[in-house]
Amino acid sequence: MRRSTVVRTLWSALAVVIALGWVFPVYWMVNSSLLPTSRLESFIPTFIPFGGSLDNFTAALADGDFYSALGMSVAITLITVFFCLVFAFFAAVAISRFRFRGRKSFIVAVLLVQMLPAEGLFIAQYKMMSSVGLLNSVGGVSIIYIAAVVPFTIWMLRGFVTGIPVDLEEAAMVDGLSRTQAFLRITFPLLAPGLIASGVYAFLQAWNEFTVALVLLPAEASQTLPLWLRGFVQASATRATDWGQVMAASTLVAVPVIIFFLIVQGRLTSGLVSGAVKG
Amino acid sequence: MKRTFTPQVLLLPAILILLLGMGYPLVWQVVTSLQKFGIQQQFGKPASFVGVDNYVTLFADAELWGVVARSLLFCVVTATVTLVIGMLLALLMTVVTKTARLILQVALLLAWAMPVVAAMTVWIWLFDRRRGVVNYLLDLVPGVDMNRFNWLETPTTFFIVAGIIVLWMSVPFVAFSAYAGLTQVSDEVLEAAQIDGATPWQRLREIILPMIRPVIMIVFLLQLIWDLRVFTQITMLQDAGSKSGAFDLLGTYIYKLGTRAQDFGMASAVSILVLAITIALSWFYVRSLLREEEA
Repeated sequence: MRRSTVVRTLWSALAVVIALGWVFPVYWMVNSSLLPTSRLESFIPTFIPFGGSLDNFTAALADGDFYSALGMSVAITLITVFFCLVFAFFAAVAISRFRFRGRKSFIVAVLLVQMLPAEGLFIAQYKMMSSVGLLNSVGGVSIIYIAAVVPFTIWMLRGFVTGIPVDLEEAAMVDGLSRTQAFLRITFPLLAPGLIASGVYAFLQAWNEFTVALVLLPAEASQTLPLWLRGFVQASATRATDWGQVMAASTLVAVPVIIFFLIVQGRLTSGLVSGAVKG
Repeated sequence: MKRTFTPQVLLLPAILILLLGMGYPLVWQVVTSLQKFGIQQQFGKPASFVGVDNYVTLFADAELWGVVARSLLFCVVTATVTLVIGMLLALLMTVVTKTARLILQVALLLAWAMPVVAAMTVWIWLFDRRRGVVNYLLDLVPGVDMNRFNWLETPTTFFIVAGIIVLWMSVPFVAFSAYAGLTQVSDEVLEAAQIDGATPWQRLREIILPMIRPVIMIVFLLQLIWDLRVFTQITMLQDAGSKSGAFDLLGTYIYKLGTRAQDFGMASAVSILVLAITIALSWFYVRSLLREEEA
């Protein structure tokens, strides 16, 4: 008994050490964002930001493009999440509650499409959007994002819909409800966690996406937050890189996502798993 | 009567958006890969069909093979190491105290949640030549002189840094998936095996690994596919280091062909190559999933 306690303690200590190492870059970002450039320029790093200030954040926020990038990101993300959820919900219901010709082909198509890399299609997407005048627009990017994210959200939601027994609906139908009514009153409320998980997934994808945005939003005035951050780094690098400001800008982009992710991660992971394991 | 066409109607929006956002570009890409783009096309002259010329040119191009080989090597090595470390961390989670597990999980979640562009800026700062904390810490090791060592200067160290960053960001997903799989392994079976005298190593090999095999397979294939198409990481490292061709993987290579050289024909041909590799990889995944579906 005693020996196993010792072993467990040793493993636990190792786990904590690994945890500290893993989290270090995140800590370093926040730490550096609080320090003035003069202290970051020292050859001996400052490991704890005593006497730090929020000056770097003020400077990063003073960059005029931040707010327009924020606006773009919010608009694109909301549109993507909304349409993804609606489209994926319909499709998930269709493939898990109905048996019909072409069902299997659709499932295969969905699986294959989610494997298609943005990096293999962006040239065509660029030409397509430029020919219809949708470059630098919220709509153009949103169409691509919805198409890119919808396969996985279908897959995820399908796991949740399948997880709710049809018997519940059938019992309600015996009680005199129509199929649609039974679905909406019984199954739909039980799907809330699935919808939240898929919505969060879509949110994270759209909010963080870089490649498609880089290609479809070439104008400075229409960049999203990831593009803004990259531009901010590049602009700062033309002088000797102002690492304090760059880290403040990174923190501005990262911290809201991290907080949001931590709140919902339990649901997200269970959603990822249920989508993958439920037949 | 109505019921028979309902599922098709429900599928319609998803199908339409997929055709518009992925299907059409895919077809365009295939068609364009058979066309020739040059200076004249930049001034509006329609491109002419040249059959498989672009592919012939590609396959004869040593630079492309370099990029393909580098991308495959990068993706296989990074995905394998990611899988191994993720599995080890998942196993570690099963043998530690609840508090230690929570600390480790929160740390991994923080790394997982970092937006890739933000993560890249932090890592580039960590590896900064002069003031980066990595060089500072390595310098503290007696006998090691890493001050002002430029990690992004040579392709080998460049891709080591890229690999470390990709690893840092993708291990959490593997660890959590594997841990979720491990929690499904029943304690009774393990205890029974222990009573029967199975060593920990035997229990791992004979019971635990076979049971979480499906999870491992899926996660590994996803990692392979994701690591084949790293674009953001390489682009941002190139921002900080060198943009020369020796630092390209497939994603950045296509991007340069398409945007700088405006050679849409060749860029499309390379894209089709990437798509073919991806589909070949995912085909196993899709097939195994469909087999489960049948069962």
